[in-house]
Amino acid sequence: MMKKSLLGALAFGLATSTSAFAQTEIQWWHAMTGANNDVVNRLAEEFNNSQKDYKVVVSYKGQYADTLNAGIAAFRAGNAPHILQVFEVGTATMMGAKGAIKPVYQLMADAGEKFDPKAYLPAITGYYSTAKGEMLSFPFNSSSMVMWINKDELKKAGVNEIPKTWPEVFEAGKKLKAAGHDTCGFSNAWASWANIEQLSAWHNVPMATKANGLDGFDTEMKFNSPLHVKHLQNLVDLQKDKTYDYSGRDSKSEGRFTSGECAIFLTSSGFYGNVKANAKFDFTSVPMPYYPDVQGAPQNSIIGGASLWVMGGKSADEYKGVAKFFTFLSDTDRQAKLHQESGYLPITKAAYEKTKASGFYEKNPVLETPLKELTNKEPTENSRGLRFGNMVQIRDVVSEEIEAALAGQKPAKDALDAAVSRSNQILRQFERTVR
Amino acid sequence: MEKRAHFSGWTLPLLLILPQMAITVIFFYWPASQAIWQSFLREDAFGLSSEFVGFENYLGLFEQPEYYRAMVTTVIFSSLVAFFSMSCALLLATQADKNIRAGHAFKTLLIWPYAVAPAIAGVLWIFMFHPTLGTLARPIRAIGIDWNPMLNGTHAMILLVLSATWKHVSYNFLFFLAGLQAIPRSVIEAGAIDGAGPMRRFWTIVFPLLSPTTFFLLVVTVVYVFFETFGIIDAVTGGGPAGQTTTLVYKVYADGRLGGDLGGSAAQSVILMIIVIALTAIQFRYVERKVQY
Repeated sequence: MMKKSLLGALAFGLATSTSAFAQTEIQWWHAMTGANNDVVNRLAEEFNNSQKDYKVVVSYKGQYADTLNAGIAAFRAGNAPHILQVFEVGTATMMGAKGAIKPVYQLMADAGEKFDPKAYLPAITGYYSTAKGEMLSFPFNSSSMVMWINKDELKKAGVNEIPKTWPEVFEAGKKLKAAGHDTCGFSNAWASWANIEQLSAWHNVPMATKANGLDGFDTEMKFNSPLHVKHLQNLVDLQKDKTYDYSGRDSKSEGRFTSGECAIFLTSSGFYGNVKANAKFDFTSVPMPYYPDVQGAPQNSIIGGASLWVMGGKSADEYKGVAKFFTFLSDTDRQAKLHQESGYLPITKAAYEKTKASGFYEKNPVLETPLKELTNKEPTENSRGLRFGNMVQIRDVVSEEIEAALAGQKPAKDALDAAVSRSNQILRQFERTVR
Repeated sequence: MEKRAHFSGWTLPLLLILPQMAITVIFFYWPASQAIWQSFLREDAFGLSSEFVGFENYLGLFEQPEYYRAMVTTVIFSSLVAFFSMSCALLLATQADKNIRAGHAFKTLLIWPYAVAPAIAGVLWIFMFHPTLGTLARPIRAIGIDWNPMLNGTHAMILLVLSATWKHVSYNFLFFLAGLQAIPRSVIEAGAIDGAGPMRRFWTIVFPLLSPTTFFLLVVTVVYVFFETFGIIDAVTGGGPAGQTTTLVYKVYADGRLGGDLGGSAAQSVILMIIVIALTAIQFRYVERKVQY
């Protein structure tokens, strides 16, 4: 196997070194690991086999933040890739970088590819479009946060009904702990995304002013509201005996769910591929829990995951290849398959309809969970999405303060107040550089 | 008669010194001057717009309580790493210097970790001590210690000190071993004949003769901890929990590379540079007096 691919690579190297096979290379930098990495590789391979003029070359560049930074560094050094996968929190950074990027709507128009922004799911494209509805980046792997459930363990612990609200989750966590899960009753990955960003949207509480930054960069953080403080305080209390146990800022600890350590785990719906491949128990995913005393909750969730940005300064021929690749990705059958295998959302309406019509969701309700969350209610100012400059840095600050509260170094209220004022400083800095 | 070699004219000496000068200018002075210039600017991450802001980046830095905390963390971290990496290396070197079976194999094995890249070293330690992934973390938890470097700052610091020390022991070991082997056997044998025990021989003969090596290693180790440990910190703790393992160099990396704040990051690296220059100067001024060449 190894030998064969090596020989293949060698043969390919020889073939491409002669000018007769002058293919245009399209560099695609991404951050996908595990099952999703296989999906990326397979997509590139399928595209390369489908035509002769272009060759998509994929490179894994580390976690989302690393990939974004690799792209920025490469741009400054003058050799940016053609396609850069950037997570949703990098959106404002990329939007602010006019001249560094080639907007997707423009790319498709220039290349003469058929492109209808209305064919894509509005809950997703809204995040990546200007106020005028011009799509700036190409949605690729969109997800939302869901609650993963280990049904076997819940049954063993005597939790007969899957929890819907936070108080029910706390109860279930205590029962699980009593039944032997003494290191983790419930947990979550992506500390800030779960406990601040999604919590705000799901309860229709503003995270910041100006529609969470969508209406302008002069936004101010507001995530130290009574609801936010109450939620963090609950987690702090439960952390003491590990009914809740902290799992870090990113997705490194998602394995705690698949290994069976944590039976209730909030993380991205894009985790599906790995759960399917590794979990040796009966699992499902359900919508995120909510506080029933908050009026109108649950609202709707916001998307996560990433989109593909096209970098500026490339030749017309290269852009043509990128545009062709995007058309290839938008294909209904391909999108439907991608959605059904990876757990990421279908990006086009047609792919969603097709999957629905095929009766897929009856057999796999797990995959409809994030879609139901996103379309639960008509989005409000507080649940349309987020757009903050230097969001990567802000997330780190927020996680840092959450950690301080969970470790018992400061009260929940103080931690959130500090996170808000530090985040505001970062926002003001960004505002100055994009002016 | 004068001892110094004499060159007539300027051409030859200049020619001989030129390659070294060129390397120093290209790889040290030029980047350093860029950092200083950068620290007076405010730029977006992509470098599309920049504005001259004078000392604003520096002033902003000294308003952050996090910056002072990073300083304290750096002092704790660097003293621990310097102490452990040098004392372990000295212990290992004295043992490897004895005539033991398969001595060469031991020496080679001890030098190995130096060839490991810092980030890889960090990942190796994560695989052992990560609360959920770690192969050694489970037994530690099983014996009743609530090992949790993800929330407990002390645990995170222990983990970091271990990995940074492990990474640097080899280097120090190599120099200590070379130093030990340069000590004439006859001196030690004379001590033994006079009735001095091994401990006494070590502290009165060997250690003083090793002092130039020790001094050199002290300087090198401090520079190592200040500049080269961010790869380990990034892989092991990411500066967390709650910023308790954020050292000055990691803050430079986090703010500049991860946060895209190049001006602030450049200002920090200029300050870091000044601190290390001052530290090295102090070492040469005061510690070196105790060194016998």
